[in-house]
Amino acid sequence: MTAPGAGPPDALASAIAPGEAAAAASRATRFADAARPALADTRLRRTLGAAVAAERDRAAAAAAEPADWEELREAGRALRDAALLDLDTHLESLERAVTGAGGTVHWAADAAEARRIVVGLVRATGARDVLQAPSATVREAGLPGALARAGVTVRPAGLGDLIVGLGEEAPSHLSSPALHRDRAQVRELFLRGLPGAPADLSDDPADLAGAARAHLRDRFTGARVAVTGAAFLAADTGTAVLTESGGEGRMCLTLPGTLITVAGIDKVVPSWTDLEVLLQLLPRASSGDRMTPYVSAWTGVHPGDGPREFHLVLLDNGRTRALADEVGRAALRCIRCSACLNVCPVYERTGGGPYGPVLPGPVGAMLTPQLRGVESAANASLPFASTLCGACADVCPVKIDIPAILVHLRGTVVESRRARPVPTPELVLMRGLAWTMGDARRYRLAVRRGTRWARLLSRGGRIRRLPGLLGKWTDARDVPAPPARSFRDWQGRR
Amino acid sequence: MSSRDEILRRVRDALGGDRGTAPPVPRGYARRLTAAEAATRADVLALFTERVAENRATVRHVAADEVGTAVAAALWGREAKQIVVPADLPFGWLAELEGVRALADPPVLDAETLAASDAVVTGCAAAVALTGTVVLDGGRAQGRRALTLVPDYHLCVVHADQIAGTVPEVVARLDPARPLTWISGPSATRDVESVRAPGPHGPRHLEILVVED
Repeated sequence: MTAPGAGPPDALASAIAPGEAAAAASRATRFADAARPALADTRLRRTLGAAVAAERDRAAAAAAEPADWEELREAGRALRDAALLDLDTHLESLERAVTGAGGTVHWAADAAEARRIVVGLVRATGARDVLQAPSATVREAGLPGALARAGVTVRPAGLGDLIVGLGEEAPSHLSSPALHRDRAQVRELFLRGLPGAPADLSDDPADLAGAARAHLRDRFTGARVAVTGAAFLAADTGTAVLTESGGEGRMCLTLPGTLITVAGIDKVVPSWTDLEVLLQLLPRASSGDRMTPYVSAWTGVHPGDGPREFHLVLLDNGRTRALADEVGRAALRCIRCSACLNVCPVYERTGGGPYGPVLPGPVGAMLTPQLRGVESAANASLPFASTLCGACADVCPVKIDIPAILVHLRGTVVESRRARPVPTPELVLMRGLAWTMGDARRYRLAVRRGTRWARLLSRGGRIRRLPGLLGKWTDARDVPAPPARSFRDWQGRR
Repeated sequence: MSSRDEILRRVRDALGGDRGTAPPVPRGYARRLTAAEAATRADVLALFTERVAENRATVRHVAADEVGTAVAAALWGREAKQIVVPADLPFGWLAELEGVRALADPPVLDAETLAASDAVVTGCAAAVALTGTVVLDGGRAQGRRALTLVPDYHLCVVHADQIAGTVPEVVARLDPARPLTWISGPSATRDVESVRAPGPHGPRHLEILVVED
């Protein structure tokens, strides 16, 4: 991925781009098809199941501790809505404040523009490599791949990103990208691809983290540019906030001379003091910590401390499309805590891959179709990747009713297909049923004939396989044979 | 039309008549510790101590005239040979220290020097009892942010009167125009199997000295 003459190819640094390619490939398929390999991988299911169960238990305990948790959630919901319903005002205020503090604000209408801006900024510094802190928005914009294509080596600063980079795969979790890998797999990846990994490396997570530390810290002194995301942007003061456990964010914020932060326009909160709510909700819902080990807040540039240049890239990339939907806009309240992933029975079994490259889990099923539209079969399949059990809505720290939004989006998908020249099989079936059921005589006739055929198909009172397209229904279950006489028939003769 | 104007136009179009209709934020959450948690000042200190320990940091209480001895003992215990400190660290904190090379910043130390140092000693701007957090804002005795990031051991001196009860209280105390670092325990990662392990960057050991008046 490095340009000719940029020295030997760096497997670690360039590995991010194949991950992106893997994500793009999985996006091309519908959720149910993309999920099959993951469902067939028992090792992945065991690892992921145990890991999300641990995350879930910690978050549940952390949320149960404060007596005012429900009041905090209510305040979080309201102040995220307040940010969204005045978003233009807040964005202008944010721009003024950041600029006043010595930063530069860039606006990117879509991912391509964000890539252009960031590649241009990095080129202007002359740097050949950049540090990259873990960020879903940086990935969403496709920045690692774009920088690699521009001949810039991208060095993931986080342990999770390092692991998925070595495995050349897409991240599977919002806050812990490599959660689907077990310790033995991580050890193998390190022995194969991590320069300087000791030959007697054990599979103890502490040893693995230690080997990664030795490798990552070797590299930080050279970096002149860092790319990060942000958890929140306070509109009144222009303060950006980043929460993390491992220190990779702090490293990006303090050591290189140029800092480029890419954030969605939805990351704005009205006021610095609103962080008194969000900094209680996010750590507990996300990692189950009372406070994330490191929370950094910075406002523009701070002479004598940290970067001399600060660029804030504000990304739309479909967010205003989501904002236009009165029901769907609640999805933009999301603070990316990943609590919904950790309780989701679907995510727990499939992992993040099938959800495509934007966001995994219930939040991805909800946000991706809104950001990218439902024209592609892959995105249109996401609202259906849910059992609607409601566990995600119960834990959401900003009270997003995810199942309600998914149902709303299912309606959007169906509506978007109504106008197609060739109707979907589902639509044909529904129209046929509407015609049949719209008339008592037709209905009676259909029930009588249907019953006769169904009883012919049954063996021992059960139908094991329905014919044609209906056969999908019986892939995983039997259908009881209908009784010889319908209720209407029986009642009509009394 | 610039992308800036385009995005702002899209936002206004998207919101339509809903723009500016957000109801006031209900703020029924606790701003202070409950009467039971904060019956006396000692209870707040005890809560802070307990929560710092639960964050897997070491915490000790010392009297004001014991800080120098406690700092020296902690650094000797770590077998520190070279440490970094902010140039405006109170003189008395290192007064008892012998046989340890202390480098002051500024003048700005490069990253290699920071990495070659065994420890960093700082004060803090504020602390939160409920979460066991110390907050550094680059003010007196705290130095620039890289100082407390690169060395593997961070010794942080907290004065009892710097400890606030809750997150809202400490947010009200802080100046967001300053670079802020909230530290709640040593660097950690749960990237492998969700098992907690020492993190890839940042001090893997955090020790807090609470100075009681």
